[in-house]
Amino acid sequence: MRSCWAVRLARAFIAIKREFDVDADAIVSKIREFLGQFISDTDLDPDINLFESGLVNSLFAMQLLLHVEQEFGLEVTNEDLDIKNFRSLNAIAEFVIRKLGARTEA
Amino acid sequence: MTMNLELNESQRKSQAEFRAFVDKNIAPYASEFDREERIPQSLIRDLGARGYLGAVAPIEKGGGGMDAMTWGLLCQELGRGSASLLSLLTVHSMVIQALVRWGSEEQRDLWMPKLASGEVVAAFALSEPDVGSDAANCQTAACRDGDDYVVTGEKRWISFGQIADVFLLFGNVDGASSAFLVESDRDGFSRRAIGGMLGFRSAMLAALSFENCRVPSANIVGRPGFGFSHVAGTALDHGRFCIAWGALGLIQGCLDACLDYADKREQFGALLKNHQLVSAMIADMHVQSKAAALLCQNAARLKELGDPQLIMETSIAKYFASQAAVRIALDAVQIHGANGCAEDYPVARYLRDAKILEIIEGSNQIQQMIIAKYGYQSHAASRLNENPTGSTVEQ
Repeated sequence: MRSCWAVRLARAFIAIKREFDVDADAIVSKIREFLGQFISDTDLDPDINLFESGLVNSLFAMQLLLHVEQEFGLEVTNEDLDIKNFRSLNAIAEFVIRKLGARTEA
Repeated sequence: MTMNLELNESQRKSQAEFRAFVDKNIAPYASEFDREERIPQSLIRDLGARGYLGAVAPIEKGGGGMDAMTWGLLCQELGRGSASLLSLLTVHSMVIQALVRWGSEEQRDLWMPKLASGEVVAAFALSEPDVGSDAANCQTAACRDGDDYVVTGEKRWISFGQIADVFLLFGNVDGASSAFLVESDRDGFSRRAIGGMLGFRSAMLAALSFENCRVPSANIVGRPGFGFSHVAGTALDHGRFCIAWGALGLIQGCLDACLDYADKREQFGALLKNHQLVSAMIADMHVQSKAAALLCQNAARLKELGDPQLIMETSIAKYFASQAAVRIALDAVQIHGANGCAEDYPVARYLRDAKILEIIEGSNQIQQMIIAKYGYQSHAASRLNENPTGSTVEQ
């Protein structure tokens, strides 16, 4: 299961690089910049659970959603509603990479 | 009085249409609706037939696909006519927005055409007897049983709960906040009217009861765990937008009433408008109405763009406009004197309704806490931009 996931992520990285010339570091950096509005950089562990940390307010989920959609040209749908996709900086970055990769493959 | 909003030709035309509709069909009867604590079914049908109830639903599902600014103008005019009636449009369109965003294709196919035409009236069931602002921790619970969920709980202060055909209901599934569509004809559902409220008297409020109410799993909106944060979050953002614009309309109604009254009423041998202390109140009303209009317009612009700033800027517009509405309605009653405390003039109703605007879709104290945090965030971000190599960011 884990190896299958790793292969898919690697393929997504490659696809994004080829199509958009955007690398994963740039995606992480953009998300970090957005989160920096809510959490001081010194507190922003890339794996910290944003929703359980108490660091963000109740409107954060909607702001994050709109940011991801606008910044990366994605549409977050019903099927994407999984806490695994949004719980931390790294989780959001992986989600964006996956979505961009899926779109490129399609 | 006309607010100087920057509108295109189509928006101006729509605004004139909404204004004429409200002047003819709502404003003359709003006090009667208030006394009788109900909105006539015929008027609700008319709102549906005109496309107002389904204005924000997608065109391909039978809705109007209305742009954010035009929708704001509709809310503004309805807020001027009757804040209670505005709340029908608010809760109905909140459910539409939640379904557009998070509903399944099957849910959208089934419900959207009926919601768009007004054949079905929807309401938003979040508040509970013991849960108001802390809505993420509501006590209504749903347990999975085969292909259904069994819902038990109480909801209160539900606008148009007396007549709604379907509710967007929020409860917890194993502790995970979830949203469900619950039809009013389901076994285990009952409701009772709530009367004698301070304001929003014709908003047909109800207390809802769900006793082992069985709902198919196909009726869940979004996914368990995302009911409050995303489904309610989408709906409440839209609701705050409606309330901000509706408050602007209520402000306009107060100002119109005062300008008319001060231009006719004489005291000490001079028209009220020529008394300096009355002028001071009129001036403050005018300035606050302009400021509220600009904040609402800004929210509409951001909504149209899908800009992330929309969330906070709508909260700011709602906070300012509803607070200004209370201050302005208080002064409007003061200018009208004893007449303003009676039913012959609309300002007493405006005052009672304005107070409700400060409480619903997130109380103004909740807005203040969020806005203050936003202020700190913006400050920290600007400091960081000025000094990107700085090692610390003050919160």
